[in-house]
Amino acid sequence: MGTNINRSRNDAQIAISSRADGLVMALSGRLDAAGTAAVWDQAVQGASQTPFARLTADCGGVTYMDGAGVALLLKIKELCVEHKADMVLDNLREEDRGLVALTWDNVLPKLQAAERERRGLAESLEVCGGEIWRNIREMVAFVGESISLLAQVVIHPRRVRWKDVILACINVGVESMFIIVLIGFLMGLIMSFQSAISLQRFGGEIFVPNMLGLVMFREMGPLVTSILLAARSGSAFAAEIGTMKINEELDALTTMGLSPMRFLVVPKLLATMFMVPLMTMFFNLASLVGGALVMLSMGYPLVTFTSRVFSYVGMTDFWGGMFKGLVFSFLVAGVGCLRGMQTRSGASAVGLSTTSAVVSGIILIAFADGIFAVAFYYLNL
Amino acid sequence: MENTPVISVRNLTCGYGGTVIVDDVTFDIRHGEVFIILGSSGCGKSTLLKNMIGLVEPMAGQVYYGDEELTTATNEARQMIIRKFGVMYQMGALFGSMSVLQNVMLPLEEFTDLPPEAIELIAKSKLAMVDMENAAFKMPAALSGGMKKRAAIARAMALDPGILYLDEPGAGLDPISSAALDELILDLSKNLGITFVIVTHELESIYKIADRVIMLDKEIKSIVAEGDPRVLRDTSDNPSVRRFFLRQPDMDAHGHESDRQQAAQG
Repeated sequence: MGTNINRSRNDAQIAISSRADGLVMALSGRLDAAGTAAVWDQAVQGASQTPFARLTADCGGVTYMDGAGVALLLKIKELCVEHKADMVLDNLREEDRGLVALTWDNVLPKLQAAERERRGLAESLEVCGGEIWRNIREMVAFVGESISLLAQVVIHPRRVRWKDVILACINVGVESMFIIVLIGFLMGLIMSFQSAISLQRFGGEIFVPNMLGLVMFREMGPLVTSILLAARSGSAFAAEIGTMKINEELDALTTMGLSPMRFLVVPKLLATMFMVPLMTMFFNLASLVGGALVMLSMGYPLVTFTSRVFSYVGMTDFWGGMFKGLVFSFLVAGVGCLRGMQTRSGASAVGLSTTSAVVSGIILIAFADGIFAVAFYYLNL
Repeated sequence: MENTPVISVRNLTCGYGGTVIVDDVTFDIRHGEVFIILGSSGCGKSTLLKNMIGLVEPMAGQVYYGDEELTTATNEARQMIIRKFGVMYQMGALFGSMSVLQNVMLPLEEFTDLPPEAIELIAKSKLAMVDMENAAFKMPAALSGGMKKRAAIARAMALDPGILYLDEPGAGLDPISSAALDELILDLSKNLGITFVIVTHELESIYKIADRVIMLDKEIKSIVAEGDPRVLRDTSDNPSVRRFFLRQPDMDAHGHESDRQQAAQG
């Protein structure tokens, strides 16, 4: 069987004739994948048109047969069963007989459309509600545990794995510097340019620095930095912890008596919360550089730009932005780690966790930002 | 000392999400023995193991380490119980971001006040016990399957626990590495008096190292046989136990033979 694997020649043929006792299907040539493909339709048509009581598959001319050839014979057999006709295999070579016998008498399973579980409305609501409730519970438990662990950091700073914190700081902060500065610069440039063009019509382009400083420090700085964090680091946290879970490394930690929360999550949370305010500052600075460039190109001296920015942006705006960044970073890093810990088994599960980490991170940022907007408004900040 | 149970499992029922996988099992593991949990694939060996080491909460029943009960222990008591055993996971579960030596040093760093050089020396000596001292500074990704498992055993032994759990030590290993691992287990058991609890279905290893086995069965979700594997092989009158030890396939269960007969009749 395996001696003659020559795929160059495709000489499989099929000849269908009628005889007194029924149909005769004479197969010849190489019944490998290529040969079978060539004769398949002809064979199926031949065996399904006119009614017959008996079909003889004459394999006398077959020079080679493999799984594809067997499948063809099985298909013919299936059609015979449909027509309630007998099927006879004739002149099968000795070496093919064993191959055919392996599957000839088996009942092969038919692909059934996956039976959809039918649920009533109440049941669906229960399942859906249960899922949401569990998710909320896990998140609340996670937030509680993280906050209590972070409080412990203040009380017992020596118990923190500072080496891991520093590594995470480099990963989260230092290595994302380029993209933070680039996006900050571009956003500053584009926003100033667009608003300067609109305001120019009313002779108001002088107000661009006021707008830019306020928007960047209060809103865009922490927001965009955190979204970049979610995309860059939240996903990485989820993937790292998720992979560790699949490799049983989290189990290993637990059975060593080490809490994965303290060991893996706390260093990441701390690192992000140290880094994000700094990253926000760099973002803001870069956006001011972009804005300054636009104002300079419109003929205003640099000092006009800086004095307008610094006279208009107050300390509350600055610290409010920093605080927002801190909260956003906790949310993004936390949900990244949480999704990693929730990873189920299988390689695709890590992908799901990563996606979910980014999506949940951005949703949480949006929610938190809304709450901040309302709170700052009522606090007159 | 020889016959005192170090682990007693009482009426343990375990499973996931409402599905019972192992139902109401009770057995003792004695001090210093090599105890093997065996059974066909999917019969709940690993689930039972996860329950015994406290990774999964049992649905019912208790696991005693000496006089202390794992499942209801308070946090602190639980930490003390966990310190009594080490676990080697199927794929080793070494921490990928640390070298082999750092992996072995980690439990010592976390749970002892030894000076760093003492910790390093202890870790190196543990690695030497499993013949891995030359790979101390390699990263886990650079190790072969057998080396990962040996490094994982060294890590599990770092705090000198009295009990070692091994989850499928021979799985995915070539015959030579697998035999070497068996030798290592016998060696550690004889020289250090460590109690081994091993989940496996490699017959050769079982005959070579086991003092006592329990065999789980998928159908009845419980223990079908308990005792010396050689004796079970020769004297058990339970057909599924005999089939397991004599490596006979269960034709009826696959629906193979019976279908053929039906087809012939049809």
